[in-house]
Amino acid sequence: MSEANNANTFSIDGQRIAFEPGQTILQAALAAGVYIPHLCHHPDLKPHGSCKLCTVVVNGRNGSACTQKAMPGLEVENNSPALNDRRRVLLQMLFVEGNHFCPGCEKSGNCQLQALAYDLEMLTPHFRHAFPVRQVDTSHPDVWLDRNRCVMCELCVRASRDLDGKNVFMLAGRGADSKIVVNSPSGLLGDSELAPDDRAAQVCPVGAILPKRVGYAVPIGQRQFDAQPISRQVDYLAGRHLADAETEVR
Amino acid sequence: MNAPMLPRKLRIATTSLSGCFGCHMSFLDIDERLIELAGLVEFDRSPITDIKHCSQRCDVALIEGGVCNAENVHVLRELRANAKTLVALGACAVNGGLPAQRNHLDVGRCLSQVYRTPDGTAAAIPNDPELPLLLDKVYPINEIVRVDYFLPGCPPSGDTIWKFLTDLLTGRTPRIEHPLLKFD
Repeated sequence: MSEANNANTFSIDGQRIAFEPGQTILQAALAAGVYIPHLCHHPDLKPHGSCKLCTVVVNGRNGSACTQKAMPGLEVENNSPALNDRRRVLLQMLFVEGNHFCPGCEKSGNCQLQALAYDLEMLTPHFRHAFPVRQVDTSHPDVWLDRNRCVMCELCVRASRDLDGKNVFMLAGRGADSKIVVNSPSGLLGDSELAPDDRAAQVCPVGAILPKRVGYAVPIGQRQFDAQPISRQVDYLAGRHLADAETEVR
Repeated sequence: MNAPMLPRKLRIATTSLSGCFGCHMSFLDIDERLIELAGLVEFDRSPITDIKHCSQRCDVALIEGGVCNAENVHVLRELRANAKTLVALGACAVNGGLPAQRNHLDVGRCLSQVYRTPDGTAAAIPNDPELPLLLDKVYPINEIVRVDYFLPGCPPSGDTIWKFLTDLLTGRTPRIEHPLLKFD
């Protein structure tokens, strides 16, 4: 292979990946149809690098695939038992830090946290449950906020700020006291500027921000991650299903 | 003396702690495979046999439900002491499940809310010494005893339970993955 062909490529688990200058490792991987587990990344939003599930080994050093830029010649280790073991531990910590009870959650089947746990074969949360006491906010007529299920990915914060231009959400507190707070005089969602068609109201990867009166309209068993595990839904994760849908409409 | 040696049947114990028996019902959902299973295993302490305490050491204990009261702790410890392999069967045993939804509430307030008399006093809270005391929270069983295998699901499907048991009985490391692995 010539130098020119190698210029904008790197490798993931030995597979050659082409990238556009400026892309992160995760963006380039998703564009090439290669799955790297992730939770706090969204194709329309700036990288955050908080969940660490996309941790890969880049030239021998751990890094977040969602924040690290793709560079020519990088050698990335991604789908290895060692990395997947660590990712499973991260998931287990997320599960015990919140109150994640799938049988009673409307998001079940559409939830990325759950889908990741299925895909990485997490059979138990393993660690001692924190069973934290967290507030549920049902004040908004169309959207409810259940902080029990929040994983602090800040996708709603970023979507509200960068896509909706509203700044409805913010992460407050530190460590175990971290929580999503709402920008309104009362601190309640109902008094905020959030509208149900805001991206911030729709971007939550877990069941923390949900539309009201939808519930189980799509039955369990017919949901996003029921037919195929998340690792085989790279198009969905890269947002290409939306692009395809728009093309069909046109 | 010369009769062929049949492989020893594995002894299985099952119980439901703070559960709804849904996992046991799902177990029965393996349907006609129960007959095949009966050729391979023998049931010891279980609601299926109505044996109240383990009669001898068991190979496998299937535990449904989380741990919500003192009796649950005793039962769980008895099964742990009498089983080589202890399995958390279903969501409640794995993470507390539905009963754990009381964990953000104070037990005393919870009881008085449920049992208080119309005049507002808490006199009607049952306190018979035979009743097991509630724990402060509902715990997953691995926070009380060591657990060898976890089988999540509410309940795990009959197919999931069958896959798990056949893996275990044939000496393979049980593996539950898509589409059998479900938390709901």
